[in-house]
Amino acid sequence: MARLDLHGIHKEFGEVTALAELSLEVESGELVSLLGPSGCGKTTALRIVAGFEQPTRGELLVDGSDVIPVPASKRNMGMVFQAYSLFPNMTARQNVEFGLRMRKVARDKCRARAAELLELVGLAARVDNYPHELSGGQQQRVALARALAIEPAILLLDEPLSALDAKVRVDLRQQIRHVQQRLGITTLYVTHDQEEALSISDRIAVMSDGNLEQVGAPAEIYRSPHTEFVANFVGLMNGFDGRVQAADMVTIGSSERPIGVHEGHGCTAGGRVLVLIRPESVQLEELVDGAAVPDGAFEGKVLMHTFLGSVTRMNLSSDVGDLVADVPSLRALTMPPDTRVGVRVDPAGVKLLAR
Amino acid sequence: MASVAAPAEKKARRAPREHRRPSFWTIFWLIMAALYFLIPLYSTLQFSLETGQHSYGFKWYGQTFADPMFRTSFLFSLRLAVETVIIGLVLMVPTVYWVHLRLPQLRPLMDVVSILPFVVPPVALVVGLSGVFNVLPWMLSNSQILAFIYVILALPFTYRSLDAGMRAINVKTLTEAAQSVGAPGWKTLLFVILPNIRTAMLSGAFLTLAIVMGEYTISSLLLFNTFAVYMYYIGNTEAQPAAALAIISFTLTWGAMMGLFLLSRRRGRGSSPGVTAVSR
Repeated sequence: MARLDLHGIHKEFGEVTALAELSLEVESGELVSLLGPSGCGKTTALRIVAGFEQPTRGELLVDGSDVIPVPASKRNMGMVFQAYSLFPNMTARQNVEFGLRMRKVARDKCRARAAELLELVGLAARVDNYPHELSGGQQQRVALARALAIEPAILLLDEPLSALDAKVRVDLRQQIRHVQQRLGITTLYVTHDQEEALSISDRIAVMSDGNLEQVGAPAEIYRSPHTEFVANFVGLMNGFDGRVQAADMVTIGSSERPIGVHEGHGCTAGGRVLVLIRPESVQLEELVDGAAVPDGAFEGKVLMHTFLGSVTRMNLSSDVGDLVADVPSLRALTMPPDTRVGVRVDPAGVKLLAR
Repeated sequence: MASVAAPAEKKARRAPREHRRPSFWTIFWLIMAALYFLIPLYSTLQFSLETGQHSYGFKWYGQTFADPMFRTSFLFSLRLAVETVIIGLVLMVPTVYWVHLRLPQLRPLMDVVSILPFVVPPVALVVGLSGVFNVLPWMLSNSQILAFIYVILALPFTYRSLDAGMRAINVKTLTEAAQSVGAPGWKTLLFVILPNIRTAMLSGAFLTLAIVMGEYTISSLLLFNTFAVYMYYIGNTEAQPAAALAIISFTLTWGAMMGLFLLSRRRGRGSSPGVTAVSR
């Protein structure tokens, strides 16, 4: 277990800035995900940590020691790649043993360690299979075992699940998390998949255009995004222009419709804000036969249903603009398209960002 | 009750087999193409075996093998071929690897440079090289120079074989994967890259072998008695031993090719570059 510190890591490719003064601390035994869209610099950051890229400037510390001058082969960091990276000429066991052989570990110890790790990743029966005889998920599990075999100080995972199909992806991410927690290994995980990051991480670092937008626990990132980018990138969000009326009240849209918010949002009364509402915080109630809109609600009309299994995503038009609501699927059946609905917002699900 | 397949179902079941069966015209043109190659070969073989009117034997083969010039020139060419292969691979494997790994933008330039030996005729090449080596006259009279010239001549085949081999594997990812578990550069090349481009290396090596064994212009101009020069000499002086020599040369070349084929099948079991399992 080791602690990883990135201090002001800056990387330029010609005139393009890939990373702008990135600073991030990863505690011992912690799994931190770098989450962001393609081209945000997350893989560049990981490659700098691995030693495959040199930063333009900045410090990279492992347990307080600067490792930037250390070549990749001597950094003691195991890495799992996005592309299948097993050595095609070696069996699963030989792939796992490879790092140990490079360290001149005795043959019987290599075998024992490889067997132990392949069992840990559930491939004890496939030790003598070559990579082309393994499925994509199995190959990535062998790659994980190979990365762990050298007992690395830091484990680096570069979108290891992106080439796999949905079910394998979910199974394997749980397995990666299980192995990471069992071994207590410090891990940096790169992904563009927010669901993956939310489900696997101790903390998430959201990146955009080479900058760190926000670092926090998955629930914090989801519930309290600090920037509009984070709000829009992590999960689905309804966004409206609004104005703070009181500590617990904000008006949204051109209709100046008031909705309740929890106090402590930090925005000053009278100030313009961006009002962010998660779809699951929107509550709908059917208005039958020209019934009046209840107090504290505003009027809307169902435009479209998207069935997602346990919930149905409903697109609505309303006084304050178009919005999206996630409703339990059984309840959504009672509100087909063109239904008039009363729309309420749970104050706990409202987030304000000062404009 | 036993179910009876309807005729349409039976037809559908047969369909895949019928689909694989080659058409009449496919077989016809395949036979025509085979005859185009086999008839001259058969004629040469028959001529090389003729020892008199309607009598056949291995007289001319025996005479050829007994000729000390045959052994000398064949072994000389074989030695040159082996040296050319070694020099070519030692020069080109690290170069192509480095271009793939660090300088991919140079690949178009490498493509152009590699086909220069096709553009420059061997006569022009040898005249040019004679001019270059005039400052080192001992070099021109040393048979070793041929190996260096043949490396240039075989460059298109060596480069393209290696380039194709390295394109078939993900050189960058494999190298980084090896480095991440502690392998230094030379061990990565030796234990990870080379085994996975073995077929490409063998392919380049055997193409080089075939070129060197049959190269006449340069060795003749530089006054070296290689196998090709010997074949040319025999061809001009004795008709039937020349036919026997042509069959021997053909057999050796095909033997080498079959060796490559069998070796790549037998030893390539674990390495299937380009084969990527889909997720299941």
